[in-house]
Amino acid sequence: MIEVKDIHKKFGDNAVLRGINSQFKAGKKNLIIGGSGSGKTTLLKCIVGLHEPTSGEVFYNGENFTEMHFHERVPIRKEIGMLFQNSALFDSMSVEQNITFPLNLFTDMSKSEKLDRANFCLERVNLKGKGKLFPSELSGGMKKRVGIARAISMQPKYLFVDEPNSGLDPLTSILIDELISELTEEYNTTTVVVTHDMNSVMGIGDHIIFLFSGEKWWEGTNKEIAHTNNKELNNFVFASPFMKAAREKL
Amino acid sequence: MFHSLGRYLLLLRLSFKKPEKFSVYWSEVMREMVSQGVGSLGIIGIISVFIGAVATVQVAFQLSSPLVPQSIAGSISRDSTILEFSPTISALVLAGRIGSSIASQIGTMRVTEQIDALEIMGVNAPGFLISPKILSGLSMVPLLTVVSVALGLSGGYLACIVSRDIAPTDYVVGLRDSFNPIIVGVCAVKSISFGFIITSVCSYFGFYTSGGALEVGQSATKGVVFSCIWILFADLLITSVML
Repeated sequence: MIEVKDIHKKFGDNAVLRGINSQFKAGKKNLIIGGSGSGKTTLLKCIVGLHEPTSGEVFYNGENFTEMHFHERVPIRKEIGMLFQNSALFDSMSVEQNITFPLNLFTDMSKSEKLDRANFCLERVNLKGKGKLFPSELSGGMKKRVGIARAISMQPKYLFVDEPNSGLDPLTSILIDELISELTEEYNTTTVVVTHDMNSVMGIGDHIIFLFSGEKWWEGTNKEIAHTNNKELNNFVFASPFMKAAREKL
Repeated sequence: MFHSLGRYLLLLRLSFKKPEKFSVYWSEVMREMVSQGVGSLGIIGIISVFIGAVATVQVAFQLSSPLVPQSIAGSISRDSTILEFSPTISALVLAGRIGSSIASQIGTMRVTEQIDALEIMGVNAPGFLISPKILSGLSMVPLLTVVSVALGLSGGYLACIVSRDIAPTDYVVGLRDSFNPIIVGVCAVKSISFGFIITSVCSYFGFYTSGGALEVGQSATKGVVFSCIWILFADLLITSVML
């Protein structure tokens, strides 16, 4: 479980996060949603330690991650898998090398064991036989799937996903969402997804927090979101005429 | 300026922390050696032959007096090639060839979140990205300088054959005449220092890139410009101290 307590983050005078509190439970798909500039990605980066919060604390299974030094964080970081918005695959490495990279650094597995693991991860994301390709030879959806394969190569306890559906067609988006959902159940990971894709919200949102102007404005599940009276949340979720019409039918 | 110097020194300290796994870092060093060393052989070879040839022809032109033995042109070419032309001009060329590549590679990794991905995995990103490049620079730039010296002196010999300003035998006599080994020491110190400057300064500018493609280009330019300035400054300092 991950717990964030009173997270504030300022860039100069600009307060991006103002006192965020929440808990992200294991085996659940926790979604952080909100409009552009609401602080979603900043919150995610504070949780994983890419940004240091101005104040507040992040706990991983009760351990205070914020107070740890870089080397103290390494054991927790080995349990983290992250899919970045642009996949962040290493350009100079093949797909297979991208996936075996953390295994090379942090395990004593033999070469064949590492290759077996890479092939298993690739098969898991439906990219069997694509290990020798380089990132420049992959489509956007394939890059996301390789990013997921790399993220799960170390069998993470915590899975972070930043905008998994950006730049993808609706069908591929659904496939990525299903994959995230399956992996969360399979590995019992604490999964935190930053998104503003409403299909994802309705499809996989076990626990959702809605950020508005850097504050936690609403918290609930995908079942509850359709019936909330929160004005800002309704404006965000039901912005399109299609979603408004869908809500009226609910 | 002090802020940048402090960040540069801190980055260097982080770069030389204990590696997560020595074998992985070692293979990175080997990869960098091939990229920096073998990849730069062509350009270093071409400029060295021409610079050696031009230096010999110009010295021969300036010493066209019957009172000065022709072999002196060989001695002057040798000393200027070993002391200045090979280490410094090679370093300036390598700052453009290797330095821009390092700054743009690391800068692109920064703006495409690849460095964030390394940090999330628990990898010491400065150590993994920068230390292999610096170690490779420290070994490959001196080796390239040795090649440059050899080719520069050969270029001078070729110029003697082609221009006939000096007899090739006189040139060879001049090369062997009154040789002072200290110049080899100065050349070695210069090339090692320049290797460190090129790789570390360009890595620094690449690592602290923020923004997008435009900023990556600016980082590469800044890396090359600052490397060149520091190379010339170090050149003066080493020459003043050692000679």
